[in-house]
Order: sequence, then structure tokens, then C-alpha cells
Amino acid sequence: MSKHHISTIINGEPTEFLCEPQLTLLDVLRDELHLTGSKEGCSSGDCGACSVTVDGRLVCSCLMLAVEAEDHKIETIEGMARGHDLHPLQQKFLEHAALQCGFCTPGLLVAAKALLDRNPDPTETEARYWLAGNLCRCTGYDKVIRAVLDAAAELRAQRV
Amino acid sequence: MLNYAAPSTVEEAIRILAQAPGTSKILSGGTDLLVQLRSGRVKPGLIVDIKKIPGISGIRERDGGFVIGAATPGAVIGECKAVQRAWPGLVEAANLIGSTQVQGRASLAGNLCNASPAADSVPALIAARATCVVAGPKGRREVPVDSIATGPGRTSLSPGEFIVEFYLPKRPPRSADAYLRFIPRTEMDIAVVGAAVSLTLDAGGVCTDAQVVLGAVAPTAIDVPDAAAALVGRRLDETALAGLDQAARRACKPIDDKRGTIEYRTKVAGVLARRTATIAYERAGESR
Repeated sequence: MSKHHISTIINGEPTEFLCEPQLTLLDVLRDELHLTGSKEGCSSGDCGACSVTVDGRLVCSCLMLAVEAEDHKIETIEGMARGHDLHPLQQKFLEHAALQCGFCTPGLLVAAKALLDRNPDPTETEARYWLAGNLCRCTGYDKVIRAVLDAAAELRAQRV
Repeated sequence: MLNYAAPSTVEEAIRILAQAPGTSKILSGGTDLLVQLRSGRVKPGLIVDIKKIPGISGIRERDGGFVIGAATPGAVIGECKAVQRAWPGLVEAANLIGSTQVQGRASLAGNLCNASPAADSVPALIAARATCVVAGPKGRREVPVDSIATGPGRTSLSPGEFIVEFYLPKRPPRSADAYLRFIPRTEMDIAVVGAAVSLTLDAGGVCTDAQVVLGAVAPTAIDVPDAAAALVGRRLDETALAGLDQAARRACKPIDDKRGTIEYRTKVAGVLARRTATIAYERAGESR
């Protein structure tokens, strides 16, 4: 079986890798590129722990083959903070204690950022529906939603 | 051993499929296919990714209707204001499939060809009298969406054939559609029953044309002409709704499973058909 040579841009960096066709984008991110922030929860697109964006569109990286990444722009949790400066969503997750075990957190942050990039002022209902594909068994979601709405308010204030 | 091909034309895809030994699978959004690959339910020798084919993803207007490329993700359909205005029921059905993440990839062609009896977009496509263009070694044919699924996981497509695009016809004035799905929670679940209604009204609010299609109550989505007939020639009064309810229940041939018993699904089909028809009626500009 021949490996495919894939050229892509991950978190703004041109990135190339070799992969077999059955590998998912998540497999390659974690095992080949050592970007282990994206988590493998269910491997069936139900839990959202592997959320990344592809050309700005939120997807589960477990439901995409790595070969499909050719010529696309991927953003993962590793691209969210600027050096040691946390993204406001990350800061608000800490302030609101919106995580406990932390396994779902990268996926929730990536998904929440995709929401706020599109809709800077979501209602609580919009935020809850948008994040319905990100399962968290620790927080009961309330603190997550509060953190997302608070981060949205801060990002809006920064823009003014 | 799995091979992957990403052809850049329909003709190239047809040629690759025709030459491939063993089983091949078409990849558009992959939200069903990748799960089936991982579980070992399907073991193809070749995956043909159709997304590099120009026009296979995207929406364009034609003859007053819409062409929706086979691999267009649900999120893109949901963001298209023109389709939303003409076919709000189809859009709400397509956007019920899975999470935001799944919406970023899942396509109408995948939902149709996965051939789940509970597929959400399929009743709405059939109610819209949508057609699809099927390409294969013998050329292209345009067929009603209704003719694709033949049973759970089975389709009428021959080996080497795949769907290229869907066509939603032009709407007469005072037309609207709606789709409702019954699930025991508010999000992220599989239909216990789905109901799609598309109708056209005259100036007096009398229904002149209707389509009623049910999902998850038979081996495939089912068109229920008797239910549509109960609506045509009347305003949406109690007689029309009672006739619709009864015809919908009569058409059901559901299974008993953990999501619902036969009796429960049958009852819900009638109730859901009433509610869906009411929403479509109001969208077409009339109040009951």
C-alpha cells in the first residue's frame, strides 16, 4: 500500500505528512504530528472531543480522512493561544471553572471559537445548540455556557 | 487494503469506479462512511472522494429552482438564504442531521444513499418532489429521490453509479414546506418518526397541491398520497387534519425497537403529520 503525500496548512504553518488512506485526520494530528490537544473520545462523531476547523468550518477530525486534508487549512486547539497569552475563551474557562477532567475542553474551546467567529453575540440557546455535539461528563455544561457567553462579551468589548 | 482516489471530473470518477476490483465506496461528507469503516461494517477496497469535482459541492439556481451538489454540507445549505426562503422544511430537515460538527460535512447524497429509514432529509426531499442526477458507466439519468432507497442500507444504484446533484423545482406562489422529527430529547438523536409536508394554497387559503411523506415508520421513507389527498381542496380545517392523521397512521409499517413501539410510532405519525401540515400552512401565508 502506497502512502499518500499530503500538503496542508495547520495553525498557519505549511505542513506535510505521509499517511495511509484509512487514517483519520485525528490519527495523523495526534500520532504523526504530535498535536495531541485534539482528543479521541468516541471515534464516531458523537462526542466532539476531536473538533477542529477545516477552512473555518467546524468538523470532527475523527470523521475525516487525513488524505482529505490536502490543500485545506486546519486549525486545532494548539493554534488558539498566542504564545503564553491565552485566548479569552481559554481564560474564561479557567475563571468559570468550566472544566474538571479536561478531556472535552480542547473540543469545546475549538467549537466555541467557531461559534464566536461567526456570531459574536450568541444567545444562551444558540450557544447550547451549537455546542450540543460536544459532550462533557463533568461540568453539567452550565459553567461552560457561562464561560462562552462571558468570553463573547469580552471579545465584543475588545472590538469597540 | 484500502485505496483512495480523488478524481477531478465525474467522468474520471466513473472510470475509476468501473475499473476497481471489489467493493468501492463514495466519500462525500463521510459522517456515516467513516463510522462504518471503523466498525468494520463496510470493507471497501477503494474510496472515491468526489469532493474535488467542481460543482459537486455548492448551490446554484436553475429555471427558478435550485441545483444542490451531492456533497454540499448541511451547514452550507442552512446558510443559503434563497433555499431557506423557498424550502424552509428541507433546510430544517437537513440541519437536524447530527451536531454542528456533523453539519460541517454531512451531505444530502450521503443521507440518501446511507438509506437509513430514519434519515431526516429524505422525507423532505421526497415531499419537495426533488430529483437527482445519477451518473454511472451507462451515462446520466435523472430520477425522483423517491426511487433511490429500497430498504434499510439498500439503494437502487447500480455498481459504479453515484449521485451528482439534486434539483429542487420552482415553487408556485403561496407554497411552503415543513419537517418535524420526534425524538425523546431536544437535539442529537435519531428520528422515532419524521414527517414532511409540502403544500400550495390558492388565494382563499384552499390547498391546491400537497405532498406528505413519513420517515422512520417503514423500511424507507414513505410518500402517503392518501394523506395529501385529505388536504387538497380544503382549507386546513379539522376535517382535513383528521383525514391527514388517519391516512398517516394507516400508512405506517414501523418496527418495534428501543426508540418506540409499533403502536407508539403509529400514533405519533398522525400527530406529527398534523403539526407539520399546520406549520407548512402558516408558512404559506395562512393561519388556521
